[in-house]
Amino acid sequence: MIKLNNVSKVYPRSGPALKDVSLHLEKGEFAFLTGHSGAGKSTILRLIQMAERPTSGEVLVSGYSSTRIKAREIPLLRRKLGVIFQDFRLLRDRTVEENVAFALEVTGAKRSAISPRVGRLLAHVGLAPKARALPDELSGGERQRVAVARALVNNPLVLLADEPTGNLDEAATYGIFELFQEINAMGMSVLMATHDMSLLRAYPHYRVIEMAQGSVTNDSAAQLEEHRG
Amino acid sequence: MPHSLRETIAAFRRAPLLVMLSAMAIGLSLFVAGLFGLTAHNLQRALVRIEERVEVVAYLKDSVAQSDVEAARARLRALPEVAAVQYVSKDDALAAAMRDLPDFQDVFRDLDSNPLPASLEVRLRPGFRTSAGVEAVAQRLRAYAFVDDVRFGREWVDKIVSIRRIIAAGVSIIGGAFAAVAAIVIATAVRIAVSARREEISIMRLVGATAGFIQRPFLLEGLITGLLGGGIAAGLTYAAYRIIDQSLYRLEWLPSWWMVAGIAVGAAFGFLSSAVAVRRHLRAV
Repeated sequence: MIKLNNVSKVYPRSGPALKDVSLHLEKGEFAFLTGHSGAGKSTILRLIQMAERPTSGEVLVSGYSSTRIKAREIPLLRRKLGVIFQDFRLLRDRTVEENVAFALEVTGAKRSAISPRVGRLLAHVGLAPKARALPDELSGGERQRVAVARALVNNPLVLLADEPTGNLDEAATYGIFELFQEINAMGMSVLMATHDMSLLRAYPHYRVIEMAQGSVTNDSAAQLEEHRG
Repeated sequence: MPHSLRETIAAFRRAPLLVMLSAMAIGLSLFVAGLFGLTAHNLQRALVRIEERVEVVAYLKDSVAQSDVEAARARLRALPEVAAVQYVSKDDALAAAMRDLPDFQDVFRDLDSNPLPASLEVRLRPGFRTSAGVEAVAQRLRAYAFVDDVRFGREWVDKIVSIRRIIAAGVSIIGGAFAAVAAIVIATAVRIAVSARREEISIMRLVGATAGFIQRPFLLEGLITGLLGGGIAAGLTYAAYRIIDQSLYRLEWLPSWWMVAGIAVGAAFGFLSSAVAVRRHLRAV
């Protein structure tokens, strides 16, 4: 599904961001990516989206390799990824349903197919009554639900979330997290970068990949492997 | 409505002044070209008419014997370059002068003797109406002892050709300057449009829009701006034609395919300028 093989990333100005990172996220798996800011969490998510290429090593996502992928294939890869950010990244001049539909429109989907699908997803994230609202009229938690609906609209294989609860209060955080659990239960992989320790403590049975200064310092899945081995 | 068309309309709404400015700049540069086209087209027509009449005139000395003239006529007519040789006697020349210059009729009538020389007017065959052809015939005429002077329109033809060249050079410079301004204005328009839609573009990329899909509205905008510019140029050129035609010279309007070609050039220019600018600016988003 997602594989990082000895990946390093060096930025010309700010220096090394990742040092020899190897990771494997299986289909249907749920994992937290945690660590202080600057640890390299966002860099990993950007590499998975192929928004950047590694300086050395290889990133493999759903059959695409960072060493071989062509520029025109990147949009096709992105359609298999749902991405969510701390700052929601919604278009403020478009309604909730238009924001969700947007992700389908850009892939050239038929208009007749867009509307029912958007309606279903908004119902799923609990925002059907606010379909005609503008993002500014919504709470933070609601806005993030719109972003989740948009991320899911292309039926991705993986949900990548970069600090999705960073701007949310506790109730909204748990609401969003439960949504992620539901999505994961339907078979979608979820990789969630967060430094919200209370969330990690509340759900201790999920895999946690800890990072510090560009390296993976602890991976609960690896520990489990060792334990089993 | 397709996404790119909707976005293009939105862009026109967002910055109508900028679109008009771009269209005006394209329009002005093509207007310069249109004026040149109008001039060149009419000069060309004049040249063709002049070429049809290209003739070499040999003025004869008054002392010439009629038999010598007839012998020369026969020999000249046998040349491959020559279509016809017309003898104009002194009296014919005077009559023609009185006819062509009615204001001077009294002057001519009061003359004691006819000052105008007799002449041989040699008309050339179509393939020989060139500087070289004219020169060759003139050379032969000069060889006759009874020929006083030989005149032909070569200098005149050459002059028209060089005038046309000077106009073309001027048009290239002025038109080129306007085209450069147009490209800069379009690039600015694209930059403003890209930065106004920066967020939208980054989301488009995030959800897997292809580069072509992202660029299409900008290209369409460039194309429409270019079409507008071409239309403006056609309108300005036509206005200039009407004004000149009615007040200065009789002109012939350009063939309609020239207009179509001009507008197509405008559209292509708008499209290409946008394509270059959008590639450059999208890289920065």
